[in-house]
Amino acid sequence: MMDWTALLPPSAALVLAPLLLGIINRTKAVFGGRKGQPLLQHYFDLIKLLGKGATYSRTTTWVFRAGPILGLAAVFVVVLLTPLGGVSGPLSFTGDLLLFAYLLAQMRFFTVLAALDTGSSFEGMGSSREVLFSALAEPALFFGLAALARQTGSLSISGMLAEINTQSWLLHGPALALVASALLVVALAENARIPVDDPNTHLELTMIHEVMVLDHGGPDLAFIFYGSALKLWVLAALLVGVVVPMRTGQALLDATAGLAGMFLLAVMIGVVESIMARVKLLRVPNLLVGATALAVLALVLVVR
Amino acid sequence: MGLVALAGLVALAAGRSARWATILGAGGAVVGCALGLIPALEAALGGSTQVVRLPWAMPGATFHVEIDALSGFFLLPTLLLGGLAAVYGTEYLQSFREKKNLGVAWCCFNLLVVSMAIVIVARDGLLFLVAWESMALVSFFLVAFEHEKDEVRKAGWIYLIATHIGTAFLLVMFLLLARVAGSFDFDAFSQAGAVGPAFAGLIFVLGVVGFGTKAGFVPLHVWLPEAHPAAPSHVSAVMSGVMIKTGIYGLLRTLTLLGPPPSWWGWLLVGIGVSSGVLGVLFALAQHDLKRLLAYSSIEHMGIITLGLGLGLLGVSLGIPTLAVLGFAGGLLHVLNHALFKGLLFLGAGAVLHATGTRSIDHLGGLAKRMPTTSLLFLVGATAVCGLPLLNGFVSELLIYLGAFSSIAAGRTWVVLVPALIGVAGLALIGGLAAACFTKAFGMVFLGEARSHHAEHAHEPRLAMQAPMVILAACCVVIGLFPAVVVPVSAAAIMPLVRQSDNVLVTTLEHAGKSLWMISLAAGALVLVVAALVILRRRLLARRPVEETVTWDCGYARPTPRMQYTASSYAQPLTALFALVLRTRERLVSPQGIFPTASSLATETPDIFHRGLFAPLFAGVESVLCRLRVVQPGRVQIYVLYVVVTLLSLLAWKIG
Repeated sequence: MMDWTALLPPSAALVLAPLLLGIINRTKAVFGGRKGQPLLQHYFDLIKLLGKGATYSRTTTWVFRAGPILGLAAVFVVVLLTPLGGVSGPLSFTGDLLLFAYLLAQMRFFTVLAALDTGSSFEGMGSSREVLFSALAEPALFFGLAALARQTGSLSISGMLAEINTQSWLLHGPALALVASALLVVALAENARIPVDDPNTHLELTMIHEVMVLDHGGPDLAFIFYGSALKLWVLAALLVGVVVPMRTGQALLDATAGLAGMFLLAVMIGVVESIMARVKLLRVPNLLVGATALAVLALVLVVR
Repeated sequence: MGLVALAGLVALAAGRSARWATILGAGGAVVGCALGLIPALEAALGGSTQVVRLPWAMPGATFHVEIDALSGFFLLPTLLLGGLAAVYGTEYLQSFREKKNLGVAWCCFNLLVVSMAIVIVARDGLLFLVAWESMALVSFFLVAFEHEKDEVRKAGWIYLIATHIGTAFLLVMFLLLARVAGSFDFDAFSQAGAVGPAFAGLIFVLGVVGFGTKAGFVPLHVWLPEAHPAAPSHVSAVMSGVMIKTGIYGLLRTLTLLGPPPSWWGWLLVGIGVSSGVLGVLFALAQHDLKRLLAYSSIEHMGIITLGLGLGLLGVSLGIPTLAVLGFAGGLLHVLNHALFKGLLFLGAGAVLHATGTRSIDHLGGLAKRMPTTSLLFLVGATAVCGLPLLNGFVSELLIYLGAFSSIAAGRTWVVLVPALIGVAGLALIGGLAAACFTKAFGMVFLGEARSHHAEHAHEPRLAMQAPMVILAACCVVIGLFPAVVVPVSAAAIMPLVRQSDNVLVTTLEHAGKSLWMISLAAGALVLVVAALVILRRRLLARRPVEETVTWDCGYARPTPRMQYTASSYAQPLTALFALVLRTRERLVSPQGIFPTASSLATETPDIFHRGLFAPLFAGVESVLCRLRVVQPGRVQIYVLYVVVTLLSLLAWKIG
């Protein structure tokens, strides 16, 4: 009954998501003149963490233990909604873009609560920044999605991205480029990448996402890492779906093109992280409001 | 039939002894509400409309009540929450047993529920106004329950004045309608729409101001964050959950009386909706008082409801059935959903207040360990209020989003496109800020370590307080998991509003229903994954060491609970960013010298509309009215003179 090709995007996501992080790190290593960690390092980390015990703070409650599980489960369902290139995901319906955005919000909600459960000032600080930046990223994401909905006439992520082809880039190139840049900023901000947050920082005071998971360990931390990798994957897949307009109708070909796009995007993120510094924390809102402005501009172009 | 039961409980309520008052008052309310729910549900589902017409001693009026689908739909949350709050109140009011006359409290509570029900079913202008007024008065007495406190008295006065200003507009509205129709009966009012667009517009604006005062539209909301925290918690739940919805109901009823709406009505409501929503959640974020935070969040949700109704109106006036149906259905469903989760949250906040004696978020913390059940229930409410999936808040917001997105995608003109986009962006921003607000509320109150001795000795409330919360939470979860079953319930209620044929309504809702079933499917997948992960984690940890230690604090040896992030510090980046509207005041005593001793920081965010708009306005009115004191010097002789002069002039007028 169900088209088997619909299983391509989620299986690719579940298997390959940690590889994206490996590619990003390798790119950064090459830029820095280092050899760098193995491409599969994140898989090794996950396996190692899954095999460990856990240490919990006495302050924490069940909320702290439930946070990683609820977060990973939420992003797991998002993976089911996400297409790869032009190939639809298995779960796709009118309005799934809202479920997409709100499940990611749910993941964040529980990560933040788990962080607050430790009673640590560092984690409170990280949570406070996280909710601020994500609240500002939300309008940018929704305006971007609205522009896509307007352009393609569809209200599902898979449907929207399936409609975008070379023809639409020829007709609405500038608008799509604006949407893509807005989505790129959202993807970087939501995934705690430079220029918003530095995943490699080692000072608790300057962290955003990393500081929220300071007290997690063992399988919980593995769930969190895997969840973050999947989150990067789904937001990247949204961006790649807009940017790579390869729609031949042959699922394997389209998916391969999409996959190539994903890897290229990972390289690009690595390049961005190598050549840019973080924006000052107080300036991050400007960046996000700028992204919203780009998305609004895209809408104006599409509507006109 | 349900009404009879409801009216009966008024008499029950007047008992003198605290025990009997509680048993009779609460028992009457519960039985009355339970009996009333049956015809309400029947009517909401589109069953037969019940009409009762009785002669009434009031000149020019009849006792005309009717339960149609719209009334039934609003009666549902009113009676459900009314009954549950009564159960909760039996336990909650126990601590006031020695100090207060509980008979009066129960009498007022039951009168409040009855007058809300009558407001909803009244079909006569005068009957409506009488019920509306009694609703306002008894809720004033309930707000002033702890009248020995200064701030409670102040809150009560603000509420009383605000509600009467609103009623004044309604009075004018009904008088104008009655003058055209020649009668106070709602059936006669429906001809009023034919008079002309200017007249209909005037009635609509009067309705928006009058009903909007009750519903808490910004900037008419100033009474709401004062009055709701001051009332006992079960009353706050009823006021926030359902009483302010009578404002929405009144507006909707007015819309059914007026003719087809012009598009500027929709624009107006979308504007009010988005500004109330965003400002409401921003102010909520800046509060330190748990119940005040919830009250501001109610303003936010009234904004979301109004946004939905505004989009629906636009759909009606421009002939876009999808937008009309989804906007109204989403708005109306949010009325029900908000009653459920806000009721739950206020009852939860009441449990916290009951256990700790403080509402100040910065004095709480770590309650999840001492009150595990309450914390879980509050978490359900907090998740629902943010509109996160799996719970009911998501469903109604989804419908509003779908309506807006579908008209964006369908390539409409700018008349629809601009409000739809404003709606989408507004909802997105509200969603993000609400998440910030309720992670703060839940995180600071229930998680971490106790910040003061108040929170250290907290305990779970008794069953009578827990059971209503459990029922409300269960409703939230069921609606969230099976939205496709619940949404069609609103079909009959929105029928008179959307002005579409049956067919269009049903197909649109069926279309949305497909998406809603997929939501259920996704929810099922989510539950399965969670279960799988829980089992996996348990397996993994079964043979491994699981230790307990202190929270990581960079190696600092003596952490204390006072070093935790506070609610104010958590919200500071956001309040700083939106300082333009929030105007948070800071009083900082900074550390001085090489060995600094005491230093302090206090922040508060008063309402700018209260301070910047109404306070100067009323000061102005007061100074003008002070001039009139000349005629009221307080000497009895002069008053006697007034009486004599009046009598003489009347006599002269009669003779001449």
